[in-house]
Amino acid sequence: MAVTPVSGLRRPAQPRRRRFPWRPWLFLAPLLLLNLVVIVTPSLLSLRYAFTDWTGIGAAQYVGLANFQEMFGDRVFYRAIGNNVRWTLLFLTAPVLMGLLGAYLLSTIRRGQMLFRTLYFIPYVIASVVNAYIWKLILNPVFGIGPWLAERGIPWLDIRFFGRSDTSLYAVAFVDNWHFWGFLVVLYLAAMHAVDAELYEAARIEGANPWHEFWHVTLPGIRPTLVFTLLMIMIWSFLVFDYIYLLTNGGPAQSSEVLGTLTYSTAFYSLRVGYATAIALTMTFFSALFISMFVVLRRLGWEV
Amino acid sequence: MFRRRRTASLIPNYILLGGLAIFSVIPIVLLVLNSLKTTVEIQENPFGLPTAARLSNYVDAWVQGQFSTTLSNTLFLTSGTIFLVVVVGGLAAFALARFRFSGASALSFYLLVGTSVPALLFIVPLYFMWAQLDLINSLPGLIIVYAALYSPFATYLLRSFLVSIPMDFEEAARIDGANDLQVLTRVILPLAWPGFLTVVLVVGLGVWNEFLFANTFLQDPALKPISTSLLAFQTRYQRDWGLTSAASVMMILPVLLLFLSLQRQFIEGLARGGLKG
Repeated sequence: MAVTPVSGLRRPAQPRRRRFPWRPWLFLAPLLLLNLVVIVTPSLLSLRYAFTDWTGIGAAQYVGLANFQEMFGDRVFYRAIGNNVRWTLLFLTAPVLMGLLGAYLLSTIRRGQMLFRTLYFIPYVIASVVNAYIWKLILNPVFGIGPWLAERGIPWLDIRFFGRSDTSLYAVAFVDNWHFWGFLVVLYLAAMHAVDAELYEAARIEGANPWHEFWHVTLPGIRPTLVFTLLMIMIWSFLVFDYIYLLTNGGPAQSSEVLGTLTYSTAFYSLRVGYATAIALTMTFFSALFISMFVVLRRLGWEV
Repeated sequence: MFRRRRTASLIPNYILLGGLAIFSVIPIVLLVLNSLKTTVEIQENPFGLPTAARLSNYVDAWVQGQFSTTLSNTLFLTSGTIFLVVVVGGLAAFALARFRFSGASALSFYLLVGTSVPALLFIVPLYFMWAQLDLINSLPGLIIVYAALYSPFATYLLRSFLVSIPMDFEEAARIDGANDLQVLTRVILPLAWPGFLTVVLVVGLGVWNEFLFANTFLQDPALKPISTSLLAFQTRYQRDWGLTSAASVMMILPVLLLFLSLQRQFIEGLARGGLKG
């Protein structure tokens, strides 16, 4: 079937008339069915399980609010929330600053811009299983970077980064950030390219130095992207799971436990499915909170 | 934004950019170097060049890691998911881009919320549901889960590609007597293929690297994909750093080659896919 546009038919692009109102739903049915089975039904089931003592096998006993009472009296739960908050603060700063720095520097050069962008992005496409392993090797307490530097007269990095309760969370965050910040460079650089060049001309005529330019032209110019990434980081920081599970599994002594790892181990190791879903609901509550912030900001007219 | 500055003043910028590039890439270079060493050599010299390229690590890792099995499992999961996501997402995107119907905006909102539901909220009940349906330790069972996770993203992305295709083409085809399905496969698909390529790459990368669902839903070693079998391998051979490094390199090599050859599509697709991963 050869298809050529017929010029006599030129009309403004207009979605099709409603001859069969059910027809779009026919095309949407597979998507909705998949979503219903895999995401909606189990999510609704957790609303029920959270009020039971279900172990995954056998009958579930309704226990009212007991899971939530236990949760709010559990010190591990508060430590996990505290770690999620720490994680949020770490990721709202370190990768964002590195991303802004990288993107800004890239925007000042032309030769090599694509090459650097590619290099920064590589860790983002590598599997977390491999990235975690790479850093387990580099930060190995016996032969890794710490002992290696200590032999050469720099003793202050000779630390069991993943094995100490005061460094474990930060060590994992470092690895996750290493893999993540290049992604922000790409987003911020794209946004910076879209900033009107005349604004820079105007700033320069008024005698702005590079710092003024960045602060008064670049940052306001990329504000929608910046706010978007900050909100996404907040949502995502309360859902973090993979790097912590792979590097410390919440340890040692639950020092790097977050809500995600706590949910997982409660459900699949302790087999307390009811209690685990109560924790998962709390996680969902936080992410819903940040999503509503997103919606509210949009309603207020921010271009997020 | 391109500014006119003299090259000399850009030298500090290049130095900083180079430093950041070293930070990103050196760990991966170290992995490759260490994959060519014996474990004893790694422990004595973890950050230097290997004395001799020990390629036998790769052969040993391939055999002991059962890569012929895990690779085919991964390829099956990846291609199955891509197929399902392209079909499901393509149909849904077509409906959203080409029909005006009540409920369309509610549906878009639902998809946005639906993709933000934390995996850890539904993974636990889903696991027990799948156990009852005998879909644990089943590759098709996991493909269904992956397809549900990725098809909203595909729908969004493909919709924006479809919206940009002029209606004229479609109208012309309809005058020639084409029905909806023919319009989709003969007119839309050939024009929207960059969108489909992006979906294929992003979904393929996601499934290739995925480990949370694979780790939970596939326990039979014969069914494990590369990601979770590598995790088991790391635990089993945790004293054999050379072997495990070689296995890790084998897992990332196809991804790196594909990324370097199609980086524009990868970067664009991942940037639109949000912060997952």
